[in-house]
Amino acid sequence: MKWETVIGLEVHVQLATKTKIFSGASTAFGAEPNSQACAIDLAMPGTLPVLNKQAVNYAIMFGLAIDAEICQNSVFERKNYFYPDLPKGYQTTQLDKPIVGPGIVTIEGADGSDKAIRIHHAHLEEDAGKSIHDGDLPHGTSGVDLNRAGTPLIEIVSEPDISNAYEAVAFAKKLHSIVTSIGICDGEMSQGSMRFDVNVSVRPAGSSVLGTRTETKNLNSFKFMEEAIAKEVERQIDILEDGGSITQETRLYNGDTKIAKSMRSKEEANDYRYFPCPDLLPVLVSDEEINILRASLPELPDIRQKRFVSEYKLSDYDAKLIASDSSMAAFFETAATLSKNPKLAANWTMGELSAALNGANLNFSSSPVTADQLAGMITRIADNSISGKMAKVVFDAMWQGEGNADLIIEAKGLKQVSDSGALEQIVSDVLQANPSMVDDFIATDESKRKKKLGGFMGQIMKASKGQANPQQVNKILLSKLNKLL
Amino acid sequence: MTIERQEIEKLATLSRLSIDDKTIAEVTERLSSVLSLVDQLQTADTSSVTGMERPFHNAQRLREDQVTESSQRESFQAIAPETHNELFSVPKMIE
Repeated sequence: MKWETVIGLEVHVQLATKTKIFSGASTAFGAEPNSQACAIDLAMPGTLPVLNKQAVNYAIMFGLAIDAEICQNSVFERKNYFYPDLPKGYQTTQLDKPIVGPGIVTIEGADGSDKAIRIHHAHLEEDAGKSIHDGDLPHGTSGVDLNRAGTPLIEIVSEPDISNAYEAVAFAKKLHSIVTSIGICDGEMSQGSMRFDVNVSVRPAGSSVLGTRTETKNLNSFKFMEEAIAKEVERQIDILEDGGSITQETRLYNGDTKIAKSMRSKEEANDYRYFPCPDLLPVLVSDEEINILRASLPELPDIRQKRFVSEYKLSDYDAKLIASDSSMAAFFETAATLSKNPKLAANWTMGELSAALNGANLNFSSSPVTADQLAGMITRIADNSISGKMAKVVFDAMWQGEGNADLIIEAKGLKQVSDSGALEQIVSDVLQANPSMVDDFIATDESKRKKKLGGFMGQIMKASKGQANPQQVNKILLSKLNKLL
Repeated sequence: MTIERQEIEKLATLSRLSIDDKTIAEVTERLSSVLSLVDQLQTADTSSVTGMERPFHNAQRLREDQVTESSQRESFQAIAPETHNELFSVPKMIE
């Protein structure tokens, strides 16, 4: 039987605020355990939450970025459950009146065509603390670090419009691109800034009835999400084809062992008894506040992509790749503007530099080679001072912190010889030193002579220590050889 | 509307409350009488009244995004039942 996959995503996005959603404790990553958990985060008796304005603004900005309706009278609820990393015994979240209503995120499907994924809603909520099960812990205990407790999140809930793992990853990457471009999230996946819950079900192709779904929780990388979906789809189809049925359950996928497991223990407790939080009043947002936020919204990736095509004449592919990452886009624009050569700036930004940054686990905002330096090097490639091959040497030296391109070219003697007098001399010397190669060239049939040029080029480049301008040498060589025919 | 003993038991479990067999009958009866009061209220004709979510008409006040808290870990951990290496210790959670 042919099966069809139906996927919906819930995406948790950590908002880039300085402080918690309901307290003035810092949200900085990497602090000592429990040093950023204040009385409110610890649910000490007598404390009351006070909502962070920036968190509300960031949530609204997300809504505006996906053309969603903003709820101007949103309400917080309590979601009740017991877990050691949730000191209050409930999570403050939104259910009935979330701040962001339905919207649309457009992705590119596997066949390259646009596909609209509907967003059901996005709501504000607080994160829980972190449980630690491994390492130096007394026997039979787990450790709890509450620094993350109360960190502001938006949870973005999609409709089940996603049909395969490829689209799920495209959707997740698009959200990542949007939230980082508008600056509401740092996008650091390794620090848990974006986490995905994936709802997966399968049904016979063409059926309009949804199959029973499972939810795989807390995936923190695009790769793990893709793997988890592929495995889950396969598992469900296997069960159904064997005549079995799918149990609705929550599952966990371990990206290291590649094994997914059911979280049976949580099933019974799946009754959260939501009720409006009596500690928080409705959040009112005026038209004026929304308009101010709309006006302050930075450029969105789709619009930036179109601009890169029209302004810098980049290909759609290059423009999309660069525009999706706001720090890469900013780097490219500086390099393109300073070098006045967008094509080369795009090639180096996407190629050599991206590869070097990935290898060193760095990003564009912390690149050892600045956009200014890259532009300096591109200028020297464009004016033929250095060859593409020499540029790689210059790039490596800039990466090692040896200064700007001109300094390195000078210090290492990499300047390409484009002086035609000097080049003519080198070519003549090489021809004189290799009479047999010249005779061979003359004896060769005209249609095959071109292949013989490589041997001369090699000698000439060697004689010039690689500094001869290849295009010019080629021209001189041809004219000299033709005269001998 | 009445509430059944089973529902009370489930709620007690979810709320981590222990209600012994003797009190459970009494709790069931008392909560049922609260619910019948609600039933009585629901018979009132409210078709001409707009809904009220909150008794107050003011909106939530918002706070500026500025760090105002410093670490008080030592005081908080001094009153915790158990800690280890700056972490709060809890019975092992296994998933």
